[in-house]
Amino acid sequence: MPKKIIATASLAGCFGCHMSFLDIDERLLDLIELVEFDKSPFNDLKEFSRACDIGLIEGGCCNDENVHTLINFRQRCRVLVAVGECAIMGGLPSLRNVIPLQECLAEAYLHGPTVAGGATPNVIPHDPDLPKILDRVYPCHEIVKMDYFLPGCPPRADLIWDALVALVTGQELKWPYATFKFD
Amino acid sequence: MATFVKFTLDGKIYLSEDGAPLVEAARACGVFIPTLCNYTGIPPKGACRICTVLINGLPATACTTKVVEGLNVQTSTPELESFRQAIVEILFAEGNHLCPSCEKSGSCELQALAYRYRVTVPHFPYLFPRRDVEAWHPKLLKDHNRCIQCKRCIRGIRNPAGKALFAFGKRGDRVVINIDPVTSQNISDALAQQAMDICPVGAILRKGKGFDVPIGRRTYDRTPIGAELRS
Ligand code: SF4
Ligand code: FES
Repeated sequence: MPKKIIATASLAGCFGCHMSFLDIDERLLDLIELVEFDKSPFNDLKEFSRACDIGLIEGGCCNDENVHTLINFRQRCRVLVAVGECAIMGGLPSLRNVIPLQECLAEAYLHGPTVAGGATPNVIPHDPDLPKILDRVYPCHEIVKMDYFLPGCPPRADLIWDALVALVTGQELKWPYATFKFD
Repeated sequence: MATFVKFTLDGKIYLSEDGAPLVEAARACGVFIPTLCNYTGIPPKGACRICTVLINGLPATACTTKVVEGLNVQTSTPELESFRQAIVEILFAEGNHLCPSCEKSGSCELQALAYRYRVTVPHFPYLFPRRDVEAWHPKLLKDHNRCIQCKRCIRGIRNPAGKALFAFGKRGDRVVINIDPVTSQNISDALAQQAMDICPVGAILRKGKGFDVPIGRRTYDRTPIGAELRS
């Protein structure tokens, strides 16, 4: 059986889901018999080199770069999986969804209690090289079609492993209660 | 002396006290009917509809139905189960339920029902409503983001003088459950705990008490809600 090709990305997430992936521990050795990684923070490949079988997305979309990355993943990956609460529903970054963006930025960069007053006046960063922040954080499935959802903050390593095995072998995911969690 | 009547649950005949609430009678017979707005010992409300069963073939809420002779109940059909799942999904979509940062996570009835129905993501768009957090009560924290308006707190919590601690304001989708700011100034730890316990979600919390049960030992970490009963 040819190896399946996997790509992963962290959008508006904390890399916790990627860390949880690494928590499959010695099963990583079994995994590399089954799959090859394309674009992913694991191998630091910044661009896709081919079409992929499985795309794993951590984090929702909080800026325009996240949206472009997600659309790119949808175009390149046959199956796209939302991994973790942030990808599924925005997660902790979406705490800001109830606050108007202007207020949020002003608090973070101009008036917040931890903003240091210096010689130059405080500004809201607006360098053209920086991604543009969106009005709110969007769950991935509000931007592109997502095929599967793995809840958890982060999803348990056992769930990530079971889901990968199911996707690679085409078998149904047996999903024990112990790994069906939102936290 | 209580009179006993015969009634039918999913085709099997059982005995129950005449007039007993159907959810309780079913539980006594070992049959699980999910509930959210209902709480043993306080008057039923029929607000959340998750306990909907078929009574003589027609949908009705089991928490507000009393058992009578010959009552014929179906507690679980594929349609009822997906209807219940839809209620859970709607509640997740209409509030701000950030389980990872909630003190009640693991012991939350809404979350436990989502686990039971295996809700990975709601079929409804998240609304992200703007809601307040009241952190200024001396013993309690009221997080309106998580409130599902079940009104258990309104019906169940009174101070020793008999004064209700909670009341609702506004109507429809704007309804808010308020704490009486005067009464809340002077409540016992025991009453604060009772208020926290009566809330099915993490909308009422005792201050300084969060995250005191480790992950793995919370109510629904290992045992699904209703697991002790048949469904
Ligand atoms: S605060 Fe809790 S108990 Fe009161 S109505 Fe809201 S969810 Fe129900
Ligand atoms: S538990 Fe019966 S309607 Fe809510």
